[in-house]
Amino acid sequence: MVLNSKIPEGPIQQKWDNHRFNIKLVNAANKRKYTIVVVGTGLAGSSAAASLAELGYNVISLCYHESPRRAHSIAAQGGINAPKNYKNDGDSIWRLFYDTVKGGDYRAREANVYRLAQVSGNIIDQCVAQGVPFGREYGGLLDNRSFGGAQVSRTFYARGQTGQQLLLGAYGALSRQINSGRVKFFGRREMLDLIVIEGQARGILARNMETGALESYIGDAVVLATGGYGNTFYLATMAKYSNGTAIWKAHKKGAFFGNPCFTQIHPTCIPLSSDYQSKLTLMSESLRNDGRIWVPKKAGDKRNPKDIPEEERDYYLERLYPSFGNLVPRDVASRRAKEMCDKGFGVGSTGLAVYLDFADTIKRNGKEWVEEKYGNLFDMYHEITAENAYETPMRIYPAVHYTMGGLWVDYNLMTTIPGLYVIGEANFSDHGANRLGASALMQGLADGYFVIPYTIGDYLASTKFPQIKPDHPAFKEAERNIQELIKKLLSIKGKQTVDEIHKRLGKVMYDHCGMARNEAGLKKALQLIPQLREEFEKFAYVAAWEYKGNGLNWELHKEPLAFEYVKPSTRSYK
Amino acid sequence: MNFTLKIWRQHDRNSKGKFVEYKASDISPDMSFLEMLDAVNRDLAKKNEDIIAFDHDCREGICGSCGLYISGRAHGPQRGVTTCELRMRHFHDGETIVVEPWRAKAFPVIKDLIVDRTAFDRVIQSGGYISVDTGSTPEASSIPIPKANAEEAMDAAACIGCGACVAVCKNSSAMLFMSAKVSQLALLPQGHAERKIRVQRMVHQMDKEGFGHCSNTYACEQECPKKISVAHITRMNREFIRAAFW
Amino acid sequence: MRALVQFYNSSVGKKLIVGLTGILLIGYLIIHLFGNLLIFRNDCGKAFDTYAEILPQVVIIRTIEIGLFLIFIFHIVTAAYTWLLNKQTRDQNYKVRKPGQTSPLTSRTMFFSGSIVFIFLVVHMRQFWYNSRYEAGEHYSMYEVVKTTFSEPVYGIFYLIAMFLLGFHLRHGFQSAFQTFGLRDKTYAPIIEWCGIIFWLLIPLGFASMPLFFLLNF
Repeated sequence: MVLNSKIPEGPIQQKWDNHRFNIKLVNAANKRKYTIVVVGTGLAGSSAAASLAELGYNVISLCYHESPRRAHSIAAQGGINAPKNYKNDGDSIWRLFYDTVKGGDYRAREANVYRLAQVSGNIIDQCVAQGVPFGREYGGLLDNRSFGGAQVSRTFYARGQTGQQLLLGAYGALSRQINSGRVKFFGRREMLDLIVIEGQARGILARNMETGALESYIGDAVVLATGGYGNTFYLATMAKYSNGTAIWKAHKKGAFFGNPCFTQIHPTCIPLSSDYQSKLTLMSESLRNDGRIWVPKKAGDKRNPKDIPEEERDYYLERLYPSFGNLVPRDVASRRAKEMCDKGFGVGSTGLAVYLDFADTIKRNGKEWVEEKYGNLFDMYHEITAENAYETPMRIYPAVHYTMGGLWVDYNLMTTIPGLYVIGEANFSDHGANRLGASALMQGLADGYFVIPYTIGDYLASTKFPQIKPDHPAFKEAERNIQELIKKLLSIKGKQTVDEIHKRLGKVMYDHCGMARNEAGLKKALQLIPQLREEFEKFAYVAAWEYKGNGLNWELHKEPLAFEYVKPSTRSYK
Repeated sequence: MNFTLKIWRQHDRNSKGKFVEYKASDISPDMSFLEMLDAVNRDLAKKNEDIIAFDHDCREGICGSCGLYISGRAHGPQRGVTTCELRMRHFHDGETIVVEPWRAKAFPVIKDLIVDRTAFDRVIQSGGYISVDTGSTPEASSIPIPKANAEEAMDAAACIGCGACVAVCKNSSAMLFMSAKVSQLALLPQGHAERKIRVQRMVHQMDKEGFGHCSNTYACEQECPKKISVAHITRMNREFIRAAFW
Repeated sequence: MRALVQFYNSSVGKKLIVGLTGILLIGYLIIHLFGNLLIFRNDCGKAFDTYAEILPQVVIIRTIEIGLFLIFIFHIVTAAYTWLLNKQTRDQNYKVRKPGQTSPLTSRTMFFSGSIVFIFLVVHMRQFWYNSRYEAGEHYSMYEVVKTTFSEPVYGIFYLIAMFLLGFHLRHGFQSAFQTFGLRDKTYAPIIEWCGIIFWLLIPLGFASMPLFFLLNF
């Protein structure tokens, strides 16, 4: 199978405009004849469901939680990027596009990323109009902060709760459509299978988690907005309900999985303290704007950080990357932190942490200033660790946080299954191998508000849909299979709990598939890297995997990536 | 640390519940309250018993899923934290802890400690938003908003919809929840076009859901994990009067 | 009219009625207190008796009296109605409750303190208002009635308790009313809190001074 990314013709600045002109439209009066099933109500899901309903489509919206507002987008703290150039520091769509492609280690589609940069400004307009209380200057205009991986200030924020505020904005839009009756919402439902009929995605099978009943939801297209699969690592910053089942089931039904190896390790998490811990807590990367990262110069130095004099501290990021300093991209910051700890410079009882110190900032700007900007993060840190970060430096360590990989989608965000769209973190599209800070919110909302409402119309207008009823054999079969699976799982009566097995899986993942792979793997990697480089210099590609059945090997499909506008090179943040 | 737990168990919406006693042993003081319940559940699962159902998700105090009435206090004895953020170091070794679900007619118990809070969603659906279609928006910086107003709107918008305000209120009133949204949108110029109809619809829906009256005990403010101020109730009342008489 | 009914039917509307009537009643208390303070003039009750005699003869006072009576009824009926509705918002109460940790006692006992004050009011009206208005003979001296009543320990102490509870009721009621009017915001809250002292502390104290005065046989 040849993967067709369907990137439109024309210069990159005009691709999206051309495409919007060329795609088929559904007549306004006909939109109500179509039903779209949207699974998930995070930023992408809520915004998509609301926007599609505003256009006139019937939308069925489902989520795992009781309420759409509880989706895990709510936990994003730092901010959302848009190249408004309010700071007059030289930002532009092109720069955001360039930074994102480069930050993604040249593994994202140029056309997708450019579109993302183009619509990101509209997202801010949209959110402000919805009443999202973004941080403002005294003059009443919107404030920006800078964020990891960027040298300009382009990040809009709502204290440390930007994800929450954006989600509540989208939730408001969704609520409005639920009220109008165009969205039918079903809470406490878990998608357990995708229904593909005659090659088209036509609905899903979901379990009502209150009653246990399996329910069928039929539509003309299915949109998955169910987030990433970071919880395979068990200890991640993901919410407990973000289980990745929906995209996995879709993958098993034939949707290719793009770049599954690309998981992001976030540098500023609160370190693990012992093994009963159920999850790791992330602190916004924005902390790196004003905190300085350091370790003692002497390995194994167990002194109280306050007793270590300035000259015996190694501010290693500032030393290694003088121009970016503490604001290097996430992957770089994480990797260096792990290296430092592996070499024995780590701090804290486990030795798996580095210091993030605010003493200088407090001296410069005062405690109140820090409190206003980061108060909630300091409170959270205090509640978890019982340490006061105004007095003693925070301890941080990297943790799995985001998955750049996801179901493969083309430029229209459609998977290899016709009629199955994937948006937000669940798809693989825009971040390449590494996501820059404040880009996840941007991508989720771009997909939901400004991309899917257009592209899905093209498919609906150009496709014939046979009538389908819930008693269709495809639904019956899926129900039987899932019923059997549930029965099987429930009758295992093993000696270990699901959580314990999950925890072990997570450990395997962290040890061999985390920031560094195992020793043998590393040695092997040393031989493979030159070959890889050679290969990379010849071409970069998207690795999209096809599921062939249990016990069979996955088949790799490659989508070659062309870089016409951004010249791939070794990323430098010096 | 060791604890004796008295936990409300209820099979489903329609059955009668009761308190059941459990032991939680070898609990580290750094564990969160939910991790302590995880440990109890692990033992129950190994004995093939029905595990204690409780709502939870993000476990970092922002999704608003968790919410337990712990020995007479919503989200436990600490101020400004959710149940998932509450650490066991705030309890005494050997303490007996009574764990109950939120109790309010508008929040029926679904199972054990899980309640149905969709009434909150219906209150929001009745008008807790600014009606704006995707795309039909002016440039973001065209509306300057005084920083103080934006900050206060943010204070209100910090609500996570956990329901602690209703749970602790002697009248099961949802005024703090509802007013936080009304106040947020009343503080911003974008929200002014609908301010009248919004507050009327939201109050009406709140009453319809079976929440009680506010008698200004301000207990909600004390128990709110996001410390949302009752000043937002004041503003909401003002909005309501304004909507009725102006 | 429909709008008014709707307003009254809403939870916020009912609270407003309770608050508004409450504040009007407090206003009445001030007038009442100032009249009564004539009792302390050192003229064996002459001024007080004259005041008590003239008062019912002024038409405007009689009219206000009716209004006051209606306000009372409105206050009590609406408050009792909301209390009843609030009772129904929770089928099953908590096994463990620690309300003292989250809210002041005065705010949780408005129905109780209000009820006692109401009982007091009935007794009080029977004792002074009804008697003076309908059973008074030629030489009725209000001063004498007050004196004999308050000198009796059972009555005196009952009055004192009632005044304590009135203060208790107003401690919460006064600022709560302004909260319901939407006026108790950041700027005004401290002012309301301070002004409240006049109403919940000084006024009940003023009323209590009378039975105290006679009880202690000054």
